[in-house]
Amino acid sequence: MRNILIICRKELRSYFASPIAYLLLTMFALIFGFFFWNSLGYFVLMGMESQMRGQMMPMNLNEIVIRPLLSNVGVIGLFFIPMITMRLFAEEKRSGTIELLATSPIRDSEIIIGKWLAALSLYACMLLVAAVNFAFLFKYGKPDWKPLAIGYLGLLLQAGALLAIGTFISTLTKNQIIAGAATFGVCLLLWVLEWVSGYETATWAQVLAYMSVITHFESFAKGVLDLKDAIFYVTVIFLGLFFTARSMESLRWRS
Amino acid sequence: MQTVIPYDKPLMITVKELTKRYARNTAVDHISFEVVKGQIVGFLGPNGAGKTTTMRMLTCFLPPTSGSATVAGFDVLEQPLEVKKRIGYLPETPPLYPEMETGEYLTFVGQLKGLSGAELRKRVDYVCDRCSVADVKNKLLGKLSKGYRQRVGLAQAIIHNPDVLILDEPTAGLDPKQINETRDLIKSLGGDHTIILSTHILPEVEQTCEQVLIINKGKLVATDSVQNLQNRARGAESVLVEVSGRNGSLDFAVVQRRIEQIAGVSRVVAKQSQQNRSSFEVESGKGFIRGDLARAVVESGWDLNELRPTAMSLEEIFLQLTGAEIKKEEVAIQGAQ
Repeated sequence: MRNILIICRKELRSYFASPIAYLLLTMFALIFGFFFWNSLGYFVLMGMESQMRGQMMPMNLNEIVIRPLLSNVGVIGLFFIPMITMRLFAEEKRSGTIELLATSPIRDSEIIIGKWLAALSLYACMLLVAAVNFAFLFKYGKPDWKPLAIGYLGLLLQAGALLAIGTFISTLTKNQIIAGAATFGVCLLLWVLEWVSGYETATWAQVLAYMSVITHFESFAKGVLDLKDAIFYVTVIFLGLFFTARSMESLRWRS
Repeated sequence: MQTVIPYDKPLMITVKELTKRYARNTAVDHISFEVVKGQIVGFLGPNGAGKTTTMRMLTCFLPPTSGSATVAGFDVLEQPLEVKKRIGYLPETPPLYPEMETGEYLTFVGQLKGLSGAELRKRVDYVCDRCSVADVKNKLLGKLSKGYRQRVGLAQAIIHNPDVLILDEPTAGLDPKQINETRDLIKSLGGDHTIILSTHILPEVEQTCEQVLIINKGKLVATDSVQNLQNRARGAESVLVEVSGRNGSLDFAVVQRRIEQIAGVSRVVAKQSQQNRSSFEVESGKGFIRGDLARAVVESGWDLNELRPTAMSLEEIFLQLTGAEIKKEEVAIQGAQ
C-alpha cells in the first residue's frame, strides 16, 4: 500500500509539474462549461415554452439538465482519457526510468495500481471542475443530489475502466503518440459498439452492445445504482490492469 | 570457469552458467564468475558484448534464459525483492525524471527503496554530499549538465546503502575531468560496497578496479586481477623502430640481423624499407627492450629516427582475447581519453 502511494504521488506530481494537467483541466472546464451553458439555455427555453402553453408542471432539473450532462462528461472524457494514460508507461520506457522502477524492491502490481490511481485522480479533478458548474444548479434550483452522486460514481467507474485499458496500451509502446492514438481508437470503439443494437437483435449484436461502455452508464446517469453495471466496470478495470501486469512481465522477457 | 583471487572474504555475487538467449542471438553465453565482498570488478568488453544484459540479469530487470545468479545469497529468480533491496543500479543512461528536482528525486528513489522519515532525509543529505550534487539540490533534473546527471545517477544508486553496486558505463559521455572525479568517487565507494562496473575503456579498469572480467560476444574470455593482467602485459612489449644510415646507404638485412641479436627480442617484422631508412616492429618475449634496442642501433653507427611502443599494455591483451573485431586505432583513441 505504501509503495502504491509513493508511485501515485510521483505520477500526480509529474502531471502537475508539466502543463498536461493544467491543459486538460482548462480544456475540460471550457468544453464542459459550454455544454452546461447550452443545456441551461435549452432548459430555460423549455421553461418559457411550457409557461406560454399554460402548463405549470414543475420541470425536473435532474431529468433535463443533469442526466444528459453526465452522459456528455463521459463523451468528453473519451477524448481526454488517452491524453491522461498515454505517457504512463511509454514515457518511462523511452527515457529508461522504467529500469529504476523495475529494479527497485517494489512489485509490478504496485507500480501499475499506483499509476492507474494517479490517472484516476486526475480524472477526478476534472469531475471536480464539472462539480463547480453543478453547484450553481443547487444554488438556483432544487435538484436531487442522490442521482448526481450516483452519476459521479458511474463516471468514475467508467473512466476507471477506460483508464485501465489506456494503461495497458501504454505498456505496449515507447511512443506516446501511438499509445494515445491506439487508446483513443479502442475507447471510441467501445463507445460506438452500442449502436449495433439499433438495427440488429441477434445474440451477437446483444453481446457486442453489452461490451459497450455506454450501455452500462445509462442506469448510472438515471441515478440508479445497478450492481450489474458496476460489476461490468470493475471487471474491465481488473482485466485492464491484469493485462498491464502481463505486458510488463513480457517486456522483461522480450527486451 | 576459474575463480580468481583466493580472498577469505564472503562471496557477494555468484554467477553460474548464466545465459540469455533471444530469438535470433545469444546475448550472454554460459557466464560464470564470483565476486567477493568489497571488491571492485571491471566488466570489460567491446560494445554489444553482453555487458549490459548480464548486469540487467543481476539486477532482476531481465530474467535469465538459463543458469543462476545470486546476490548476497539471494537468487535473482527466486527472491527478486530481496535482491533488489541489496542492489544499487546505475543504468547506461541515468534514470532521471526531467520534471523533478534533484532532492525530490532522491527522496522518491529513497522511498522506493524502502527508506522513510528521518533516515531518508539523512541519506538524501549524505548522498548529495558524497556525490557532490548538493549545490543542484533544488534544480530540475532536466536542466542539469551531463556530469551532474551522472552523479545524481550514482547518488540514487547508493541512496539505500546497498551491499552491491552495479554501474553500467558510469563514465560514458563525461569530459576528462569529470571522468577522473567519477572514478575517484567509485574508488572511494569500494570499501563499503561491492561494485561491478562495465566499461569499454581500458585505463578505467586499470585505475579503478581490482579485478577484471573480459567478455566478448557473450562469452567470458578472461577473469583475472588487474595486477596479473598488467604483469602479463609487461611481459611482452612491442615497439616500432625506424633506423636510417649515416652515409646514404643502409643494408636492410644487416639491421634486422643486428636487432634480432638483442637479448629478449622474440620477433622482428620488417615494416617498410626505403633507400637509407627502414622500420621494424620488434616484439619482446620478456621485459623492456627499448633501451637495449636504442643502444644497439646507435652503437652500430646508424641513426635512430623513431622508437615508440605500438600498443598500450592492457589493450593488447584485450585485443588478443577479444579477437580482431575492434580495430586497434579505436581502442587507442579510447585509451587516450
